[in-house]
Amino acid sequence: MSSLPDLVCPAGSLPALKAAVDNGADAVYLGYKNDTNARNFAGLNFDAKTMSEGIRYAHAKGREVLMAINTFAQAGRVADWQKAIDGAVDQGVDAIILADIGLLDYARQRHPQQRLHLSVQGSATSYEAINFCQREFGIQRTVLPRVLTLAQVEHVIKNTSVEIEVFGFGSLCVMNEGRCWLSSYACGESPNTVGACSPAKYVKWDKKPGAMETRLNGILIDRFGDDEPAGYPTLCKGRFEVQGETYYALEEPTSLNVLSILPEIIKIGVRAIKVEGRQRSPTYVTQVTRSLRAALDALKDGGERYHVKPAWQAELAKVSEGSQATLGAYSRPWR
Amino acid sequence: MSDFTIPKFRLPGFVAALGQKLPQWPHGLALIAGLNAALKLKLLPESELTALEDKRFRVQVLDTGGTAHFTYRGGLFRPVFRPEHEPDLAFAANLSAYLQLLSRQEDPDTLFFKRELEITGDTELGLIVKNMLDAVEWPALPKFLLLSR
Ligand code: SF4
Repeated sequence: MSSLPDLVCPAGSLPALKAAVDNGADAVYLGYKNDTNARNFAGLNFDAKTMSEGIRYAHAKGREVLMAINTFAQAGRVADWQKAIDGAVDQGVDAIILADIGLLDYARQRHPQQRLHLSVQGSATSYEAINFCQREFGIQRTVLPRVLTLAQVEHVIKNTSVEIEVFGFGSLCVMNEGRCWLSSYACGESPNTVGACSPAKYVKWDKKPGAMETRLNGILIDRFGDDEPAGYPTLCKGRFEVQGETYYALEEPTSLNVLSILPEIIKIGVRAIKVEGRQRSPTYVTQVTRSLRAALDALKDGGERYHVKPAWQAELAKVSEGSQATLGAYSRPWR
Repeated sequence: MSDFTIPKFRLPGFVAALGQKLPQWPHGLALIAGLNAALKLKLLPESELTALEDKRFRVQVLDTGGTAHFTYRGGLFRPVFRPEHEPDLAFAANLSAYLQLLSRQEDPDTLFFKRELEITGDTELGLIVKNMLDAVEWPALPKFLLLSR
């Protein structure tokens, strides 16, 4: 059995970072308080001061800090993104997670010593694309979009020396990761442009007798009965009328959860497992990190007798969007 | 993490009926005193506080029937005694949900998905408040409570 993959956990704030480190994350990922990262939500993320404190905290306990600068530099403002890269290098982060090819090139030229990861937003799903980024920009790891089956992930790993990171838990952003413009269709802003899908200023939760309506820039995207679980207000998770039927036409509000296939993920040589959720609270980070750490540790010495403990599953199910979990594309019969 | 857990509970209906008959300000004032104590300790980040200026908030505890209206102005949280219009941001939940939130036992999104926490009004403002509270590094609780009195 190969060695355990790193557990990479989200940090949207200093308390979340500490929660990740204290509960057994091998690495945390974070971003600046601006549109250079794909979780640019009001009140979230780090300024220079909290970032250096966070880095100090993680490094003192021997954990890594990965900095996400994973949006695409916008015309006329490229310098903002370059400044973010320079700042991350100055802060001494262990790696920078980039998606934009222009920025990868900049980072490579300007800071040849800096370790670079290709973001999921870079949307590289084939080993050809990954090896290209390795050859041109020296990336050492890539985060695979949540669209590949386990067999496809294995195929990629066999054909590249770049480390492979996959998602292990969290809300799903379907299908066209890094290329999705659904949010722009409704409100003119998307993850790749402003760093947020369905920005809060366009979201309205409307309480009606017996139901709650979700509107995105005035467009009705879902209506929940009083005892129905809610989900994030993104277009992909809305219920729409298609040929006379109203249902989750694109995706159900669920969370990805790989606990049950963790041994296979390790066997095929995945180098790191990522937890989604920089927009979530320190409590979520504690709960998810703790469960995945316990599961990974159970696999440490071969793990022949590995079975998913109900307690881990219960904790993860609780924090899931729509309170449901899925194996997503990993176990999809179709491609 | 604390080693005691707060169960999900719902106070019986008569408590709410009773709560609505009581004057609304005592618990409201306690909440506001708590927030101002957090301000004094500089626990709340300045950059986000400016976004709260002049906004009106309503915190409703469904099973006690308690409601607090307040606003943030000139560096202090202040009660609003006779709210004239709908608040910019309103929270509604049972007491247990608030307690679970404050003790960081449950995550706000989780409570929201499970429909145990209701947030209405200006969603962006809601996110600012949520993220602001998440980013606070609460000092040891007893001391904090003492100061907020
Ligand atoms: S609309 Fe859905 S798939 Fe598209 S970016 Fe947003 S969360 Fe992802």
